[in-house]
Amino acid sequence: MTGPVPAISLSGIDKRFGAVHANRAVDLDVMAGSVHGIVGENGAGKSTLMSILYGFYEADAGEISIGGKQVRLRSSKEAIAHGIGMVHQHFMLVETLSVLENIVLGAEGGMLLGRGLDRARAEIGQLARDYGLAIDPDAIVGDLSVGLQQRVEILKALYRGADILILDEPTAVLTPPEADALFDLLKSLRSQGKTVILITHKLREIMAVTDRVSVMRRGEMVATLDTAATSPPELAELMVGRRVLLQVDKAVRAPGDRVLEVAGLTVIDGRGVALLADASFAVHAGEIVGIAGVSGNGQSELLDALSGLTVPSRGVIRFEGRVLTTADRTPANLRRLGLMHIPEDRHRTGLVTAFSESDNAILGYQNDPALAQGPLLSRQKIQERARVEIEKYDIRPPDCTLKTANFSGGNQQKIVLAREIERGPRCLLVGQPTRGVDIGAIEFIHRRLLALRDAGVAILLVSVELEEIMGLSDRILVMCGGRITGERLASQTDERDLGLLMAGVDERAA
Amino acid sequence: MSAPIQLPAWADVALVPLASVAAAFLVAGLVVAGIGENPLEASFILVKGALGSTEGWGFTLYYATNFIFTGLAVAVAFHAGLFNIGGEGQATVAGIGAALVCLNMTFLPGLLLVPLAILAAALFGAAYAFVPGYLQARRGSHVVITTIMFNFIAATLLVYLLVNIMGKPGSMAAETPEFAHHATLPAMHAMLAPLGIKIPSTPLNATFLLALAALVAVWLLIYHSRLGYAIRTVGANPRAAAYAGISPRRITMIAMAISGALAGGLAVNEVMGVAHRLTLEFTSGYGFIGIAVALMGRGHPVGIALASLLFGLLYQGGAELSFEKPSITRDMVVVIGGVVILFAGALDLLFRRLVARLLRPFPGTGVRAS
Repeated sequence: MTGPVPAISLSGIDKRFGAVHANRAVDLDVMAGSVHGIVGENGAGKSTLMSILYGFYEADAGEISIGGKQVRLRSSKEAIAHGIGMVHQHFMLVETLSVLENIVLGAEGGMLLGRGLDRARAEIGQLARDYGLAIDPDAIVGDLSVGLQQRVEILKALYRGADILILDEPTAVLTPPEADALFDLLKSLRSQGKTVILITHKLREIMAVTDRVSVMRRGEMVATLDTAATSPPELAELMVGRRVLLQVDKAVRAPGDRVLEVAGLTVIDGRGVALLADASFAVHAGEIVGIAGVSGNGQSELLDALSGLTVPSRGVIRFEGRVLTTADRTPANLRRLGLMHIPEDRHRTGLVTAFSESDNAILGYQNDPALAQGPLLSRQKIQERARVEIEKYDIRPPDCTLKTANFSGGNQQKIVLAREIERGPRCLLVGQPTRGVDIGAIEFIHRRLLALRDAGVAILLVSVELEEIMGLSDRILVMCGGRITGERLASQTDERDLGLLMAGVDERAA
Repeated sequence: MSAPIQLPAWADVALVPLASVAAAFLVAGLVVAGIGENPLEASFILVKGALGSTEGWGFTLYYATNFIFTGLAVAVAFHAGLFNIGGEGQATVAGIGAALVCLNMTFLPGLLLVPLAILAAALFGAAYAFVPGYLQARRGSHVVITTIMFNFIAATLLVYLLVNIMGKPGSMAAETPEFAHHATLPAMHAMLAPLGIKIPSTPLNATFLLALAALVAVWLLIYHSRLGYAIRTVGANPRAAAYAGISPRRITMIAMAISGALAGGLAVNEVMGVAHRLTLEFTSGYGFIGIAVALMGRGHPVGIALASLLFGLLYQGGAELSFEKPSITRDMVVVIGGVVILFAGALDLLFRRLVARLLRPFPGTGVRAS
């Protein structure tokens, strides 16, 4: 063989789960000392492929070579022995232990902790210096920010001697500055000769940090390209298999009456800290008001207070001209009034993932007389309704008896969207509508929201994706530290301006 | 790291419990062999003792009646995410309620008195379970802790009442006087005799029919009613429940009350159906076995019915076994029951994985790894 030997070479990897063909004869070469991106929609087979590489599943057919030598990986232990490390999307850390203890967990090196810990401390100090991974080894993991917890995961893999690092959707939980710090770290790992595989469906990240990128679609590897020679539209098209409009067109529309009006809304937590301070704004019919901001600056508290999930400490909420009383502000009564809510976290709030699709299609509407049959719920009526929504929102697989946990992120989000939109909202609160959602579904969701706006619904959109806020909103409010720090018309602002407002700096203020 | 194992429904409800029961019998067989008895012969005596005669069936179903009620009680709370292990205490208090009606309202005709006494049992049981429910919902005291403590309180209360207040005058035995005949539930052999069906006299009584009705009622409640939907939502995801306008606190209290009312069925069977008086410790641990029954039956009424039958079989067959084989004592039978509980309840996941692995080579069974 001529040329450099790839760090990892997969050839003809095939894997089936029952009727699902998750990987079809996948070939992949990852060059040593490079950052290699793998993109694809949810369910395209990225995670299965990486699970095979990490020894979590065994392939039905195909070969794996590491550093030119053919290997069999039957467990994660064997993968680690071959120098493969994995950083999962959901961290595998013990929050009550220190950074050091977490890192040596499972690799303590003997019955007595003392010696192992001392050695680990020295080694971690060395690793931290080599890669610029500054972190206090004695800090308790639960006290660290998400970005730092991720560093601990990376250190853990490096401590086990990983030369090849797999990161599964690493930025899903990070704020934009944290993500940038991660990319710097990946570049420094590359410069030290490590190989990084980055799984994501955010094209911006691919462009920012990778050398090469492979695209998967429906279990197949459709292309491997040099990042420098490609563009986001090309990658999006490869992922979805058709042209995708990353930019949504929206007609200019004059907003109608005030639907939702908030004055002095304040949420103070048990420690006396104002998580939401004195928020005042209005949302009009046929208008999308976007709330921009780094995650954790009061947006969640705002949505929770408006949707009745929490009781605000102070403030007035007016809906269609009427002041909402405490009795009005329960989730059930707000729904009845036409104030619907698509929550930020579909797993924790928007869905009961252990339920079937049809049982989730009635969540929040379980008392609707149209679903009842005498004193009982009519399974037939519930399923009929679910089937209509599945058809209309192209929810796949089209099986309303399937457990919701078995749907992909995009399809789960469509289940929530269908449920709330189909009940005819007058005002819709939308939180992070496209978090963890694949490109094809993002486009669909954006179109739906715009169609709803054009139909005269007032929409309050909270998102940490600045592009999404700028693309959809008519008006943008920026939140920082629980306060609304600025207001802009979408047509009269840019990313830089909003970014400064998100950091609490208003350049245009007099 | 372990991906949840997806099994087709039929494997989940039938194959996994069967595999765990088979394994339990295997281990129990080893224990029997260890003390020098033939396990095959012992199994034969056990099954024959339970199912080999009408009398055996009568006893088996009588035991099963108790397990159905206590199993359903645990299951309803479990669907709401609550671990009610206070079935014993709730049944004890329910027994007091039933006895109060049966002893003091004898002026009523049987057709009114019996339903009233059953209702009293349900209400007393419900009220006694409601308190831990309230404490959890409003004060954050965990039901596992409170229901355990409530078991002790109920047991002591019963002793006090039977010794000092409700006891039979002039008797040393801690029990109430016998109920009037029209305040009791008819035995099955007495009910079937007028129809020309003759069966031997066993403790099996009309409460068994009530248990069957309870199975259907719980099935309708959990899977086909709004309240059941709310209970399941709270159990699976309390935050999503709040989002859906369901109050997790309210459902916690309601689910506990229903659970306690169902546990009251145990008192109806033992006090009104068999003993015809209130005695000490009439609950004899059935409330605890209910936890195993509910786990094994996966909280579903059909599963609970089958698991109750199995435990009824073990109780009756075990009694026969210790009678025929003196070396296999009652304690030994308790060991066998314990092994079944261990395998069916605690080691359930082990068998799910095993069944999943066995099914995987067959496409179309819908076994998924993630």
